[in-house]
Amino acid sequence: MTVTAWTFLLVAASFALYIGIAVWSRAGSTKDFYVAGTGVSPLANGMATAADWMSAASFISMAGLISFMGYDGSVYLMGWTGGYVLLALLLAPYLRKYGAFTVPDFVGDRYYSQLARVVAVVCAIFVSFTYVAGQMRGVGIVFSRFLEVDVNFGVLIGMGIVFSYAVLGGMKGITYTQVAQYCVLMFAYLVPAIFLSLMITGNPIPQLGLGGVDQGTGMALLERLDGLHRELGFAPYTEGTKSTLDVFFITAALMVGTAGLPHVIIRFYTVPRVRDARISAGWALLFIAFLYTTAPAVAVFARTNLIDSVQDVPYRSVPEWFTNWEATGLVTFEDANGDGRIQYVGPESSMTNELTVDRDIMVLANPEIANLPPWVVGLVAAGGLAAALSTAAGLLLVISSAVSHDLLKRSFRPDITEKQELLAARIAAGVAVVIAGYFGINPPGFVAQVVAFAFGLAASSFFPAIVLGIFSKRTTREGAILGMIIGISFTAAYIVYFKFVRPELNTAEHWWFGISPEGIGTLGMMLNFVVTIVVSRLTPPPPPQVQVLVDLIRVPRGAGEAHELSA
Amino acid sequence: MTHSSSDDGAPARPSVTDPETVARHRQYWRINVRYLAILISIWFVVSYGFGIVLADALNAYRIPGTSYPVGFWFAQQGAIYIFVILIFVYVRLMNRLDREFEVDEGGDA
Repeated sequence: MTVTAWTFLLVAASFALYIGIAVWSRAGSTKDFYVAGTGVSPLANGMATAADWMSAASFISMAGLISFMGYDGSVYLMGWTGGYVLLALLLAPYLRKYGAFTVPDFVGDRYYSQLARVVAVVCAIFVSFTYVAGQMRGVGIVFSRFLEVDVNFGVLIGMGIVFSYAVLGGMKGITYTQVAQYCVLMFAYLVPAIFLSLMITGNPIPQLGLGGVDQGTGMALLERLDGLHRELGFAPYTEGTKSTLDVFFITAALMVGTAGLPHVIIRFYTVPRVRDARISAGWALLFIAFLYTTAPAVAVFARTNLIDSVQDVPYRSVPEWFTNWEATGLVTFEDANGDGRIQYVGPESSMTNELTVDRDIMVLANPEIANLPPWVVGLVAAGGLAAALSTAAGLLLVISSAVSHDLLKRSFRPDITEKQELLAARIAAGVAVVIAGYFGINPPGFVAQVVAFAFGLAASSFFPAIVLGIFSKRTTREGAILGMIIGISFTAAYIVYFKFVRPELNTAEHWWFGISPEGIGTLGMMLNFVVTIVVSRLTPPPPPQVQVLVDLIRVPRGAGEAHELSA
Repeated sequence: MTHSSSDDGAPARPSVTDPETVARHRQYWRINVRYLAILISIWFVVSYGFGIVLADALNAYRIPGTSYPVGFWFAQQGAIYIFVILIFVYVRLMNRLDREFEVDEGGDA
């Protein structure tokens, strides 16, 4: 069978599975639709959270990014895992005890304020939309490369699939499809990684192979790669080029942002008990860690393979994968010195670099570069789609519940019946799918950049408001609202200034304290904390019933009753 | 402002007004915060300490039996393993504490 036939078969089989699950797990009530009836087992929720969290960016782009960034890529590895410790310890158990449906629910009730609720809704919708457009684009790219259909047609197919299970099943449908999608994407990620690790290092476990010996030369793999990098004029792979302070701030922004992302937080509302919320964060991180500790190994294997297979190779005898990807414009070669050979060199080399490789293709092209069997290539395509679709569905649910629950039921139309609210949630999910699809087909140029900044915005808005809401009874409405507004405005202003207003100034010497726009969310978060704490001291304390509420969420017992009250 | 049912329901709960229960809950919370402080310090040291600030210095050494420079290993492997362990340790500590202070949720242990 050919690569295309395998891809078609595996993608079609995985889609049939998702639709089957959607039909089986239809939502009957708003509670089913928003929080899967709070009946999800912690293990299943862990898997669903892992799939929800690991997007097209984790599956397709991350290993490629690390492979070009070396040590500097650690910001993603630590940043996108460390946030789960904060979630498990500081947020998930208490939010589960509170037993709400959405993040703005908690913010609005804890801060006894409609304004706080609306600020939180706006943040949630903004963060989720920028994210979801990127996922739809990822779906389109996988379709166009592997199934040779038009990118736009690929986006339409993806929309249809997400529509079927998000609109029908809500959180219930999404949860169980995400469990299936986790299995598909993890299998698809590990199989080529194990193949590559065996080929290059002789060790089937990529995490050990990365610290092992290169079979071809008998040298330690990382030392060999550092050597190749020096020879070709790149910075040594294991050292990196970013300043320590900037690495620190970017990592912190990603970690705290992860803990503040609404589509991750709401997953912890779906388990029955507080205890389940804690352990399910542990399962989620364990399932994520399988991919996140494999990714740096894949990055090094890909980097070594790439250099070995193209550096100083005559252009006429390049391997087939090179020609395939050249057709998509994601690999380009320009023979600057006219010798007919590919010179792939870094900034410190005396020669001119002639090869540009898009970072996003490393994972997708890896099986072809390493000559793996065609079914592995098809599997990677199905895995990439699973990653993109599972994240898109989780985000769409946040958007639809923000509209139907936070805006309609809790703010503007409290008198609607549950049936009407459920219908509104379905319509909102449907409209959100269509808007996301539109942005997938006509991506605004800034989507990719904005997705990275969504973390900074989440870090500087939600995280301090929720943590202080739980850990400090003295935190007042005025403090939280001002803190959120100042934190997010400062962060957004810094990013907009350096990325869009004066992009020519976006270099280390113009940044405040040498902090890049990617890391500024950490400073925004600190600002939010300071403003919230100071203003809270200067304003009247929260009313007694809010203080009782905080006491209640601090102890696990009684969660069953709490969610019945709010349901 | 619309009233949430959980706001309305909360003050009516008898268990949180009884002084003995209040004192017990306060003690429970104090221990919880102490656990958090310890675990988050470890979280901070392995990632921001070993993986970032001290990474260059630690890269002079290798993880025994491998060719991993120590700082690089913490940044791309070790910190993640320790994060996972930290959460499971927290779960164990808290499940025990919940039972000790009789604030657990019942059901199968």
